[in-house]
Amino acid sequence: MTTAREIARRVNDGASAVEELERSLAVITERNAELNVFLHVDEEGAYAAAEAVDRAVAAGQNAGALAGVPVALKDNMCTRGVPTTCSSKILEGWRPPYNATVVDRLLAAGAVPVGKTNLDEFAMGSSTENSAFGPTRNPLDPARVPGGSSGGSAAAVAAGMTPLSLGSDTGGSIRQPAALCGIVGVKPTYGSVSRYGLIAFASSLDQIGPFAVTVEDAAVLLEVISGHDPLDSTSLPEPAFSLLSSLESGVAGKRVGLVRELVAGSDEDVERAVARAADVLKEAGATLVEMSIPELTLGLSAYYLIAPAEASSNLARYDGVRYGLRIDADDVASMNEATRTAGFGPEVKRRIMLGTYALSAGYFDAYYGQALKVRTQMIAAFSRAYADVDFLLGATTPSVAFEFGTKTKDPMAMYLNDVFTIPTNLSGDAAISVPFGTGEANLPVGVQLLGPGRSEPTLFAAARVLEKAEGR
Amino acid sequence: MALPEGWEMVVGLEVHTELKTATKLFCGCENAFGSEPNSRVCPVCLGLPGSLPVLNERAVELAMAIGIALHCTIAPSTFHRKNYFYPDMPKDYQISQYDLPINARGYLDLPDGSRVTIERAHLEEDTGKTTHLGGSGRIHGADRSLVDYNRSGVPLVEIVSGPDIRTPEQARAYAAELRGILIATGASDGRMEEGSMRIDANVSVRKSGDPFGTRCEIKNLNSLRSLTRAIEYEALRQIDVIEDGGTIRQETRHWDEVAGETSTMRTKEEAEDYRYFLEPDLVELAPEQAWQDRVRDGLGPMPAARRATLAALLSDPQPAQLDAIEVVVDLSLDDYVHAAHEAGADVAIALARAANEIAANIDGRANLTPSAFSHTVLMEQRGELSATQAKTVLGDLLTSGGDPVAIAAARGFEQLSADSLADTVATLIVENPDEWQRYREGDDKLAQFFIGLVMKATRGQANGKAVIAELQQRR
Repeated sequence: MTTAREIARRVNDGASAVEELERSLAVITERNAELNVFLHVDEEGAYAAAEAVDRAVAAGQNAGALAGVPVALKDNMCTRGVPTTCSSKILEGWRPPYNATVVDRLLAAGAVPVGKTNLDEFAMGSSTENSAFGPTRNPLDPARVPGGSSGGSAAAVAAGMTPLSLGSDTGGSIRQPAALCGIVGVKPTYGSVSRYGLIAFASSLDQIGPFAVTVEDAAVLLEVISGHDPLDSTSLPEPAFSLLSSLESGVAGKRVGLVRELVAGSDEDVERAVARAADVLKEAGATLVEMSIPELTLGLSAYYLIAPAEASSNLARYDGVRYGLRIDADDVASMNEATRTAGFGPEVKRRIMLGTYALSAGYFDAYYGQALKVRTQMIAAFSRAYADVDFLLGATTPSVAFEFGTKTKDPMAMYLNDVFTIPTNLSGDAAISVPFGTGEANLPVGVQLLGPGRSEPTLFAAARVLEKAEGR
Repeated sequence: MALPEGWEMVVGLEVHTELKTATKLFCGCENAFGSEPNSRVCPVCLGLPGSLPVLNERAVELAMAIGIALHCTIAPSTFHRKNYFYPDMPKDYQISQYDLPINARGYLDLPDGSRVTIERAHLEEDTGKTTHLGGSGRIHGADRSLVDYNRSGVPLVEIVSGPDIRTPEQARAYAAELRGILIATGASDGRMEEGSMRIDANVSVRKSGDPFGTRCEIKNLNSLRSLTRAIEYEALRQIDVIEDGGTIRQETRHWDEVAGETSTMRTKEEAEDYRYFLEPDLVELAPEQAWQDRVRDGLGPMPAARRATLAALLSDPQPAQLDAIEVVVDLSLDDYVHAAHEAGADVAIALARAANEIAANIDGRANLTPSAFSHTVLMEQRGELSATQAKTVLGDLLTSGGDPVAIAAARGFEQLSADSLADTVATLIVENPDEWQRYREGDDKLAQFFIGLVMKATRGQANGKAVIAELQQRR
């Protein structure tokens, strides 16, 4: 498959963006019925964007770093006039009157948003099985899940439908599906990418990030979408990342933490991949430091209080009054209740109840308050580790892609899928998942590189070292 | 008002004031009253999915101005979410300040010398406005409910007093003084009738010297009159309950202006659990000292200082004049009085004319320049206009502006020439020899008799003081 870098290069040199789009649409047409990747393909908007790029190039302008590159958007990012559902019946048919900041930045860079991809409802899940519009299938093995919650966006890239896509990562929702689909996925430092227009799941954890086949493509996309946004108060006062310039700078002289808790409990094939990645980094000149960060094991419990607590508040607005689904009833309170009962799926309801309980008078200190303390400890623990090493190495997920239905009966088993990814969301730091070898059933394994806030240049360079070792 | 012997009321007030910013608290929508419903809205103040709040800098300045005027400490503060479902709240949570307000621990001194402590003055967003059609006009039993989100996201400051108020009069004085401060800081226009200042009262009663009793919170107090009536009603109600052997339940009560009584809205047991938690979409608000100093330096004098300045212009202020000063400061008419004083006019006359004539047509203020006002007062003082004529001239100025001399001329209020007045007085003395004799012998009451005759003869154009001067000269 052609990389985004290559497409942008040739479109800026005069190749047709419309033709690039048509290639993308052809793959979507061929595979979407089977894989259920796109909930909505916005052909009209995509053609308009591609034609605008072609006009700009014809007029002698540089059409941008992503000129003519088709991009898929997770369906929790607002697109003006284009349905945005969060894979929930409660938002079915809603068309936002505005674009998320990332969408405007993509358009400004010449990218061509082709449509909206499937996700676990409101980004709550790790398999895309929680979508109200059916699960997405893993392009590498349609009997298996693509991971989640950004399963649609990961599958779009893995299936060659689009060279790039955007997901959102609240507890691993980019890195885990990237690992399961065999592509690159990045959870940027909290505040690096604007959340304006990203429909909130857990505001203090959510972060938009890229999916790509190559590390370089992921870098271009992150350069385009990152940088301060005055519309997001939690946006860092920093310019966009500069990643490409240091992409080949390697890991010589870097200290890498090999963290026991970031591999523990993994399948053997995953453990082997991480060990091999460590060897590659060492051969490339890095120093390996074996370490333990016991606080990381508390992450899952803290996450499943903090994220549902914020979600219970963020999802209150879906009350049937202003937009989306409304089930009429005798009075307002009954209408609210009927609408929410019909509109939300079981996992969303479970988390709203968990979160409401965790914030309730009399329970707040024991649950939410306690979770915040754990979060503070987690931040301190990472910060101690990063005082010693430049970045950490671990697994992204404990196993390769699993088959449908194997974890849906047991929420805890599903939640454990995010045990290695959640800590980075709690600390607000950066992490990247890179495909590194294969495991069971010849399915891809992802390894994870974790670094302190704004360490993306280091992480991308290290990811590039691993990628090269895989012959890519 | 008097409570039964031995009883005392304990009152604390929560005053919500809308801030007079150009835009809303968290978005760029215009902050204006009385527009087409749902015309001043955007994704943020409608709480659309994906939208995020960005704090309005001007709202923070006005909140700090209020805090400074109330002698509060400005501290690093945070925003929380107050979660509850209501159709006029677009996000089904309100962004408000909770355990760390921007302003804390201040006080307000009242004209009577008493001091009311201020516990906090914090920032929060207003909700939309629901209109219930059919049924009782409340949400339950209504046929339809219509929501206007123009008010949604309008910046509010909630000012919470300590439980220091002991009479309805003091509550009124506190609310009036606070209103003056809000206007003086530029934070609010203080228009209670438009809802830009709303009051809730926490009322309890106790036997003097006892610990505080159980309090009830009275909602819906939209005028100073409602405030005093509701507090008085509520205190008497609570005393009745206790004297009949009952106990007061902590609850929220609704004030019915027409019936003149409070009734239960919800009891403590029915109170919502708001599940407050730190608003993750906003960051800490910690205004640096330099910013606080700029706000402090930009503040003009507060009402108490302005009253003192005006009183200092009088050698021996009389109660009526102090009342006039209160009205003048309350209506921000100080400039007129100061202009008249600087023009050499009599401050007592200027105060009276401002507190009565301008106050009676306050909306006409835009037509009346301080210089035209000063000139009119001077004309009255010099006897060129009678008091009645001066009031008429001011009335015309307030209605349509203009030049007081021209208005007096057009009205036929031309000064009765001194010669003409002397001739009239001379003629009347000759025509009324008996009365003149008695006046000469010291019966001052007869001055009024002659003034009446002069007025009749001149069809009211003479100045009473000038007539007396003329009579005394001839005595």
